[in-house]
Amino acid sequence: MNGFNIVWQHRDMIIGGFENTLMIVALAAIGSFTLGALLTIPLMSRHRGVAGLATVYVDTMRCVPFLLFVYLIYFGLPSLGIQFDNWSSGVVALILYNTGYMAELLRAAWANLPKELIEAGHAFGFVGWGLFRRIILPPVLFSAIPLIGNQLIQIVKDSAFLTVIAVGELTHQATSLQTTYFVPFASFIAAVVLYWVTCVTIESTVGFANRFAEARR
Amino acid sequence: MTAHDYLSIVQAAFATVSMSLVSIVLGVPLGLGLALIRWSRLPLLNRATIVYVSIVRTCPSVTLALLIFFALPEVGISLDPVPAGILTLTLSTAAFNTEIWRSALMNFPRDQYDAALSFGMRRGLRLRRVVLPQIVRSSLPALVNEMTLQVKSTPAVAVLGIVEITRAAIRVGARTYQPLPPFIVALALYSIIVFAFVRTQRVIERRYARADAS
Repeated sequence: MNGFNIVWQHRDMIIGGFENTLMIVALAAIGSFTLGALLTIPLMSRHRGVAGLATVYVDTMRCVPFLLFVYLIYFGLPSLGIQFDNWSSGVVALILYNTGYMAELLRAAWANLPKELIEAGHAFGFVGWGLFRRIILPPVLFSAIPLIGNQLIQIVKDSAFLTVIAVGELTHQATSLQTTYFVPFASFIAAVVLYWVTCVTIESTVGFANRFAEARR
Repeated sequence: MTAHDYLSIVQAAFATVSMSLVSIVLGVPLGLGLALIRWSRLPLLNRATIVYVSIVRTCPSVTLALLIFFALPEVGISLDPVPAGILTLTLSTAAFNTEIWRSALMNFPRDQYDAALSFGMRRGLRLRRVVLPQIVRSSLPALVNEMTLQVKSTPAVAVLGIVEITRAAIRVGARTYQPLPPFIVALALYSIIVFAFVRTQRVIERRYARADAS
């Protein structure tokens, strides 16, 4: 119990890490969702070459473990002359990695869309960007809500890997607390509970959004 | 990169594969057991399983690995990095497998179960002869999917100092000051491993299909 006292005394460290994690997750979620939605367009393209290129990107992301990808961004990009600090390269890695997953799940939802809907859109004179934004995207988003929720939880979990490039997120702060005061049990339990709270919040929000979407359909 | 560097990464691939396999071999039946606990609604254990699955599913594997490695000694259980890594991977894959098995059990047609009951089959026999063969088949794709995710989460145990593919690649990169080539080798190795799992699944599915046809 003594360990929990120490963690409580230094709660600002854990809370700081938690805020950092939330910030990183929020940025990564918005970024990867936007880029993923945009990447869905080439994925569904009728041109073989365009669709093929996008598929290669998605499949590569699905084959790389996230940790390897973080190192690739952190150590690999500087050798191409692009330099980020730890925090930004962590966020960039999360965004680029999850873009592939977001695009894939949106693509699946798009592929399941009834053809009549798009044909009706054509009949009303929707083409190109307008067709995508007004006709295709809304039902795709509604049907993909549960999967997007799962991916958000995956982003929360992936963000813990950023500790390896010394981004001061929750796991990193818990580790430094445990190495300074030797309170491994209390500090990691605190981290696990905070991750759990975050993910349960995401799950219930997604559940709520899903009921709203069901009601609109 | 010298031949020795390539060899070191390939050697680390054996660590990745064997740790994944051990955790799968332990985690799949463990998940089945937990799913059966939830299915049969055993009073206290059911609750415990719900909590376990909820926490472990949302816990990053790095954090879980650190918790097991650094915190268990506080309660008198100290593990070496490799057992701690295997324990981490097993606990996390078991939580996901529980959900997969459970959804297969939920979707299992009730009438077959009742039919087995009317033939006077005992609980164990019903489970072994009627339920299991069918849920194994229906959850196979989801289980293999989880196995590939499992392979991809093995780098989490690198924080305990276990040398698996990712860590071996980083070592080579740090020594040669050229991080890209070893990373590409590592990426290729992961792809091969994941592909092997998917391939095995296809073979098993084809065998099932052939058994159906005959």
